[in-house]
Amino acid sequence: MAADTAIIAAAGAEYCAEMFFCMRLAQYEWIEAGTLLSQPLLELQNLACERDERVLFSGLNLAVNAGDILQVEGPNGSGKTTLLRTLTGISPDYSGEILWQGQPLSRVKVEYCNQLLYVGHLPGIKKALSPRENLGWYAGMNNGHQRATVEQALEEVGLFGYEDTPCYHLSAGQMRRVALARLFFTPARLWILDEPFTAIDVQGVENLQKLMLEHAAGGGAVILTTHQPMSIEGVRRVNLLDCREVADV
Amino acid sequence: MSESFENSASDQINRSEATPVPEVGLGFVATFKRDFVVAFRHRGEMANPLMFFLMVITMVPLGISPEPVVLASLAPGMIWVVALLATLLSLDGLFRGDYEDGSLEQMLITPQPLYFQVLAKICVHWMVTGLPLTIMAPLLGVMLHLPAEGFVPLCLSLLLGTVSLSLIGAIGAALTVALRKGGLLLSLITMPLYVPVLIFGTSAVSSAIDGFPFAGQLAVLGAFQAMALILAPLAVVGALRISING
Repeated sequence: MAADTAIIAAAGAEYCAEMFFCMRLAQYEWIEAGTLLSQPLLELQNLACERDERVLFSGLNLAVNAGDILQVEGPNGSGKTTLLRTLTGISPDYSGEILWQGQPLSRVKVEYCNQLLYVGHLPGIKKALSPRENLGWYAGMNNGHQRATVEQALEEVGLFGYEDTPCYHLSAGQMRRVALARLFFTPARLWILDEPFTAIDVQGVENLQKLMLEHAAGGGAVILTTHQPMSIEGVRRVNLLDCREVADV
Repeated sequence: MSESFENSASDQINRSEATPVPEVGLGFVATFKRDFVVAFRHRGEMANPLMFFLMVITMVPLGISPEPVVLASLAPGMIWVVALLATLLSLDGLFRGDYEDGSLEQMLITPQPLYFQVLAKICVHWMVTGLPLTIMAPLLGVMLHLPAEGFVPLCLSLLLGTVSLSLIGAIGAALTVALRKGGLLLSLITMPLYVPVLIFGTSAVSSAIDGFPFAGQLAVLGAFQAMALILAPLAVVGALRISING
């Protein structure tokens, strides 16, 4: 019975939060273009995360500017995925500040989500659906707002002719490509990619890196983890073991 | 270089300005459609609770007594209890698939409010379990010699009640989605919350059979449904946010 009451209390609190959220939507406005360019897109101040009472990293200070490609490095288990999940707002267990365009993440949640694309370890692709249906859902989630059609995006990742094949008939690499096709049609400014090159062939990796460069040049930013060396220039690297940026040699 | 950079940056800003408010309807329809298609591609899973419903009711005359008098007195409660258990059986998969393939994470960070996506998922769940159960119930009523006065209240009470069952059950499903063996816990969380729905559902049917008015019980079921419709998705949203960090 106590559990029931707790659930009802939680529901009440959530209800108020949701109503507040809906009210916020009505008065949602964009910050002036000038301020957008002058300050970093995403700023981490003294960020620390722990998992199962083990500190993964602490004292992480970082500013991600428009036009940056940032590679997060570290051995397995150093907290790369945790950091990315924290940055997306999925995991709220952190201490320190995360600022999006100078404002705390919790305050600009909707704006941030509008500008964010996250492709995690799990592809977020339903095996029972075709690539077209899967991406159609993401398009709907983005308010139907996109840079390219689903078909164009699938063609870009080399899945032309597979639009209507159920995803369980696709190989691991092709599944990954379906998830990454979102990069081609998303209007998001900040891309957070967790091991995007897993199971992708050499040519595919090349194309993706080129796409990231274009995105960065267009005023976007990319944060990614990968164990593969990046072939493109101008990639900032940060090591999670000492929370310092790696100087380019 | 810097000029083109500024241009494309302001393009980006304009793009975002064009969609300041998430179009909730679009997100709702997208999730609804996706879940509906997924449900129909997994027909076996979809038919599972219905088969359970049919089989248990078929066993009752064999196991207890084929006497029409005995069966008629059992029928309202039996049909309601089995419909409730069949719903419980189908709940485990409600968020499991999304959790395992990563779509749940994506739902959490879309600009769409999670509330309406959860509502869309529950709607689909009801349409593939609660609604077919309601449609099958009169047939099973015939098998159990349900008196003629009982059919209308049985259908109406199930129609109102199964919506509440899906909504309330979703809270349990959301709380246990991250657990590998959440089945038992799910039943323990959900069962106590199902009791009022069961009581008023069966009592509507029994009252009608005994010749009493049953509008009161239906009104209470309707009130449960209205309350669950507003509050349950909020609890589900909270539970999902906790579960995904587990």
